[in-house]
Amino acid sequence: MNNKNLFGKPGFQTLLASVLCAIFGIILGLIILLLMNPQHAFEGMYAILRNFFKYSNNSTNLMYYMGSTLVKSVPVILCAEAILFAYKTGLFNIGAAGQYTVGIIASLYTGIALKWNWFLCILAAVLAAALWGFICGFFKAYFNVNEVIAGIMLNWIALYICNIILGSPVCMNQTKSETYNVSAPSMLPGFLRGLFGNNNYMTIAIPITIVVAIAISFVINKTTFGYELKATGHSKDAAKYAGMNAKRNIILSLVISGAIAGLAASLYYLTGIEHYKISSSVPQMGFSGIAVAFLGGLNPIGAIFAGLFVEYITLGGQYLNTNYYNPQVADLMIAIIIYLCGFVLFFKNILNRRIIAKSRISREGGVMK
Amino acid sequence: MEDYVIEMLHITKEFPGIVANDDITLQLKRGEIHALLGENGAGKSTLMSVLFGLYTPEKGIIKKDGKEVRIKDPNDATALGIGMVHQHFMLVDVFTVLDNIILGSEPSKFGFLTKAEARKKVLALSEKYNLKVDPDALIEDITVGMQQRVEILKMLYRDNEILIFDEPTAVLTPQEIDELMKIMKDLAAEGKSILFITHKLNEIMAVADRCSILRKGKYMGTVDVASTTKEELSSMMVGRDVKFAVDKTEAVPKEEVLRVENVCVKSKLHSEDAVHNVSFNVRAGEIVCIAGIDGNGQTEFVSALMGLDDISSGKIFLNGEDITGKSIRYKNTHGISHIPEDRHKHGLVLDYSLEENMILQRYFEPEFSSHKILNKSAMREYSDRLAKEHDIRSGQGATTIVRSMSGGNQQKAIVAREMDRAHKLLVAVQPTRGLDVGAIENIHEEIVKERDSGKAILLVSLELDEVMNLSDRILVMFEGQIVGEVDPKKVTLQELGLYMSGAKRDTGKEAGRDE
Repeated sequence: MNNKNLFGKPGFQTLLASVLCAIFGIILGLIILLLMNPQHAFEGMYAILRNFFKYSNNSTNLMYYMGSTLVKSVPVILCAEAILFAYKTGLFNIGAAGQYTVGIIASLYTGIALKWNWFLCILAAVLAAALWGFICGFFKAYFNVNEVIAGIMLNWIALYICNIILGSPVCMNQTKSETYNVSAPSMLPGFLRGLFGNNNYMTIAIPITIVVAIAISFVINKTTFGYELKATGHSKDAAKYAGMNAKRNIILSLVISGAIAGLAASLYYLTGIEHYKISSSVPQMGFSGIAVAFLGGLNPIGAIFAGLFVEYITLGGQYLNTNYYNPQVADLMIAIIIYLCGFVLFFKNILNRRIIAKSRISREGGVMK
Repeated sequence: MEDYVIEMLHITKEFPGIVANDDITLQLKRGEIHALLGENGAGKSTLMSVLFGLYTPEKGIIKKDGKEVRIKDPNDATALGIGMVHQHFMLVDVFTVLDNIILGSEPSKFGFLTKAEARKKVLALSEKYNLKVDPDALIEDITVGMQQRVEILKMLYRDNEILIFDEPTAVLTPQEIDELMKIMKDLAAEGKSILFITHKLNEIMAVADRCSILRKGKYMGTVDVASTTKEELSSMMVGRDVKFAVDKTEAVPKEEVLRVENVCVKSKLHSEDAVHNVSFNVRAGEIVCIAGIDGNGQTEFVSALMGLDDISSGKIFLNGEDITGKSIRYKNTHGISHIPEDRHKHGLVLDYSLEENMILQRYFEPEFSSHKILNKSAMREYSDRLAKEHDIRSGQGATTIVRSMSGGNQQKAIVAREMDRAHKLLVAVQPTRGLDVGAIENIHEEIVKERDSGKAILLVSLELDEVMNLSDRILVMFEGQIVGEVDPKKVTLQELGLYMSGAKRDTGKEAGRDE
């Protein structure tokens, strides 16, 4: 009976809730712009939303900037995949940020100092980050150390190791205080660069991301491994009763989650779009991934669209006229939207309740099943 | 005109796909104990939720003292003097009894708690109704029966005059049940009106004045308990005649299937063993029951037997093979089926669909997956078949999330799954817990059928009726030890009770051994 009703479907509810979140975020952003400078608020919001379509009369530029948005979406989408994968096993992998950082270390060190082939660089990043995930999972499984606590500590350990290794003269250009360019063999092969206005940052990272998302979706929904992981996530006791190896599943889940986060780092930094600078804070990417994962309704495919949206708005901030607005306003808006992402489930519940209330009114004299 | 405290007239409440309450009328007289009887999923809980303002009914009105009232949320219900003892207590474990009682309506002066008066009131109430509660004890330190009395005090402290008891005896020992019955009678004698939700007919016969019966969401009528019989009540509830005795022939035990030798299990609570030197065997074609009062090591023993917890010493043999220390998976796939005590914690992944739960121990078998990829259509077929064979009812069939199913149907799902799996030994712990007589009858029949088909059955039960009716041999467990083995056909309930309370034990021969 419910199946006929589109609104009754959980998938559609999630989608609707996510869209609502995005809209609310934009409205709140507009209110902030209005508070700061009412005269130019609508114009500012328009600039953010119009984004790279500003270049719509010049298709080369348009495609170029669209390409850059795609490239920058890759790491946040993959971090979201990492987080949602662990989440299915009932683990909150806040350590994704640290695993991502370890991925940066491995990919840039092998890419700058060792000048390995790009494929090996990716592999190094994936393995290093998987190891980082393993540490977290090991402590969780065998000593019941909360993965959030262990993850946060490992984040900082990763950051300082990163600063030490990438800050060394073999990797860091001491005068510019950023890493050297990634060596030529370590750069990712191009992908449809011609189509995207000769954007040199367009690489195979983009198709890889899509393939990974589909693969994760497949593993979670179709395989016995995914079935075990989800069972462990929902109920550790029932999983144990069923004879599943909960310890192994916890570790594997965090190892895979870490590997994906490491992949995210390598697929970003090996494009050369950004150089690593010594930082005193853990890369934001792992945390933005949490928001994107939720905005995407914890669905591997949903995360792609959520990641694109978040990155679109983030980059849209650059189109704000800084004469009228403090450049931090864009960040603030993103923060609000990301904050609202956490309410996806909340919106979903509200929707659900409304639907039940409506179906009550609309149906008279149902039958007992 | 009758003096009704609460009247619920023609209540109809629907959920998508189901009419939970269909034109139900319930009238509670002042000072009576009114039982509300119905199978699982008959709509008892929904009706109470309506009374508590948790659900708004589509049709029907509620009257308090003859005046129509609208109950929009639990606060309205409280304001009308309606209080409820939930099946699962709503107490803060680390608070004292007194703190729990005043919680939510703390007496205060200038923002400071003034507990002295509250204490006086609690003590007075405790005295008046003979509740014997120590206001300074921590909840976590007192027995379940005492915790329930705290819940009762909570209602009395709030001057509630309509008291609802939701299956209050499910968690109590026989002695505690007797005490509760007495308390309920005292309360009614003092003018409180009691609504007593249950599906235990003996208790209704013992304590209730009138009884309203629901079946599948419909109102079946209200009867005077004094002028009815258990048989009549149960046929009104189930819609057919129910047998109370289990039909079974003499057991024909064959070869030994399970042998347990000197098993000890460490306790998590104290330094003594939770299970101490337990030895017995179970043969094919017989039902062996471990009886005992809750908390005497039965749970720990089964956990250790299945591998959920560790054995500290001793050996377990299945068909002559030493399976001590084998993994749970190994035991699952080598002939043990297990209906667990706690269906929510162990038996089911509540957020999984019915079909996913049906293959919980078998998802990796070729029937349900190949190359590690699940075969969804096989899952669906299998689940549908079991649901049909075992009459498992659910809103959306195989895709129903198990959490949304009624307790009885959840239990049926587990029973169906465990009986359908290839096994030689069935370990059934409280297989009929929380079920109504109709469902109990079905499950008992299925267990006897299992036995007759040559399976060995180890039954662990707290229900004496079940123990006496179903088993071929009874082992009584007390403080972690088997203190006696009795024949259900020869033993009396009184004698069994003596074993269970530790007053009697077999010493001469080694209890539990068949030879």
